[in-house]
Amino acid sequence: MIECTNISKTYVTGAMETPVLKNVTFTINDGEFVAIMGPSGSGKSTLMHILGALDTPTNGEYKLDGRVVSQLSDDELAELRQSKIGFVFQSFNLLSRTSVLRNVALPLVYAEIPEEERLARAAKALKAAGMDESRFHHMTNQISGGQMQRVAIARALVNDPSLLLADEPTGNLDTKTGDIVLGTFQKLHTLGHTIVLITHEPYVAEHANRIITIKDGVIISDIKNTHVRAITTSHDL
Amino acid sequence: MKTEDLIAECYNALTANKVRTGLTMLGIVIGIGSVIAMVSVGNAAKSSIESSIQSIGSNLIIVSPGSAKGIGALVSSGRGSSQTLTREDGKAIDAQISLPHTTEMENSTRGQLVAKGTNTNTRIIGTTASYATVRSVEVSLGTFITDDQDKGTSKVVVLGPTTRDDLFGADADPIGQTVRINGNTYRVIGVTKPKGGSGFLNQDDVVYAPLSTVQHYLVGSSFVTTIAIQAASPSDMATIQSEVTAILLDRHHISDATQADFTVQNQTDIVATASTITNTFTTLLAAIASISLLVGGIGIMNMMLTTVTERTREIGLRKAIGAKRKDISAQFLIEAVLLTFAGGFLGILLGWLIAQAISSFAGIAATITPSSIALAFGVSAAIGVVFGYYPARRASRLNPIEALRFE
Ligand SMILES: Nc1ncnc2c1ncn2[C@@H]1O[C@H](COP(=O)(O)OP(=O)(O)OP(=O)(O)O)[C@@H](O)[C@H]1O
Ligand SMILES: [Mg+2]
Repeated sequence: MIECTNISKTYVTGAMETPVLKNVTFTINDGEFVAIMGPSGSGKSTLMHILGALDTPTNGEYKLDGRVVSQLSDDELAELRQSKIGFVFQSFNLLSRTSVLRNVALPLVYAEIPEEERLARAAKALKAAGMDESRFHHMTNQISGGQMQRVAIARALVNDPSLLLADEPTGNLDTKTGDIVLGTFQKLHTLGHTIVLITHEPYVAEHANRIITIKDGVIISDIKNTHVRAITTSHDL
Repeated sequence: MKTEDLIAECYNALTANKVRTGLTMLGIVIGIGSVIAMVSVGNAAKSSIESSIQSIGSNLIIVSPGSAKGIGALVSSGRGSSQTLTREDGKAIDAQISLPHTTEMENSTRGQLVAKGTNTNTRIIGTTASYATVRSVEVSLGTFITDDQDKGTSKVVVLGPTTRDDLFGADADPIGQTVRINGNTYRVIGVTKPKGGSGFLNQDDVVYAPLSTVQHYLVGSSFVTTIAIQAASPSDMATIQSEVTAILLDRHHISDATQADFTVQNQTDIVATASTITNTFTTLLAAIASISLLVGGIGIMNMMLTTVTERTREIGLRKAIGAKRKDISAQFLIEAVLLTFAGGFLGILLGWLIAQAISSFAGIAATITPSSIALAFGVSAAIGVVFGYYPARRASRLNPIEALRFE
């Protein structure tokens, strides 16, 4: 369960202060599928980083499963990210000069999973993200932008996280490949995982059960989606 | 994180960026290699000079004409020296010293030796029978010069092994053969055993003849260029040295010792002087090598600092997907250690090769000293850790987003 209470984030560069999030308060229950929308620069990614325990708010309290994240030690945070959270970065952040398969398997290295199982799970996650097997051994600088995005998604899926946070996961994908990813997310949702995704496209947001809209660092709407667009075809997980 | 995975991650990181790894290692290789080569060559030169000095005999007091100081009397042939010492001076010294001793006299020059179809230019030492004892010369074939041959001005020679090789071929037996020097024919009566030394210090490229013969036929004067007195023990040397000085001052009618027309040197002093010179030489080489090490170090530093941005982002990513601080620290420490050790090993190899090349070229035996290895390794390991590991450790303390945004 995600509980945000009066969260604000202000970037300070020199003498200039940039308030990005202003007193944001909301709750996401376990098993929800939430889409976050909003114009560019409204603070969506900033919020997502806080939810993923990658960054800390300037003010306010963020509780994940009852624990105040800002009070956790560095090692406890590492443990949390490794066991519970899958994060798809808007800018992918793949390891350069390293193969697709190795990139996806990397979180499992830190989870101390044996190599054979790592590679098997990485291959499965890549397929669930709609990645073609012929590209598994390519280096990350030898694949297209859309393929990089799918590698980033697969890496977030590989540790079977209970909380999946995806920052514009379909932004570089065509409708057909995007649908594979959305189908995977919906399947995870039916299995009880919590999913939060950021998107600009109403079509993508319609696959979620709840849509939160942010503008200038403030939540301007938080509605339940009564007409969920379902994807029927799906991959094994 | 498991150890085997840690090693695999390090290996992958090092091989993924071969240029970065290669250039960093190159800095270490050059730095370490040059230190090791320079120091070993310096040490080799030093021990070569020292062993040359030791091989001329032990417990020696050497009297040379003129007031020149330094080690010149040992290594030069004595040509151009002032002519102030005579055979009579030597005889007087031998007769008047109170402690047990052996005395030999020399007049050396250079000359052209001609055998059947071959010739060589070498040092010719005219001396007395006691030379063999005082200078620890042994013969491998035939006999050394005798006092009778000196009295009789006999035209006989004893060849050094190098001279024998040059004139008659390696390991030939030239006893009974003849050589010509300045138009006169000399009979070969012996060959000495090798004493070592090399280049201008080669003590085997020499020919011995009776002192009277050299004085009469080759230099045309009755002077001697060296009188050497061997003491029975090192503790006698100071007494003998002052007695020799007193005897010669008296014979030359000189009352002020600072005006002496001869020089009396003690072998211990000579070794000390030579060591001072060779130490300066080694220090100079070490200083040059330290500059190479510094340049190599700056290379390593440069390489590591230019990649700090990329590596900081990598650290941010690794932390974002669950790496603990100690996983990051361990990986970067191992990478720095692998890099410096591999580079260090290659550097030692390079240094050794350079030292070998210089030794065979200059004819000295260069050996690698543990202290130069330790110094070179220490400096590059320190640079590797400070510039490779320390920034990584700092980056591992940033939160993942700060690290991923690092510029
Ligand atoms: N490190 C930083 N220092 C200063 N300002 C920052 C920093 N990071 C982000 N910002 C500012 O915060 C605001 C929100 O950024 P954020 O990345 O959260 O936007 P977003 O909603 O994800 O936009 P987009 O849809 O384009 O991805 C932006 O106006 C940006 O300029
Ligand atoms: Mg964004």
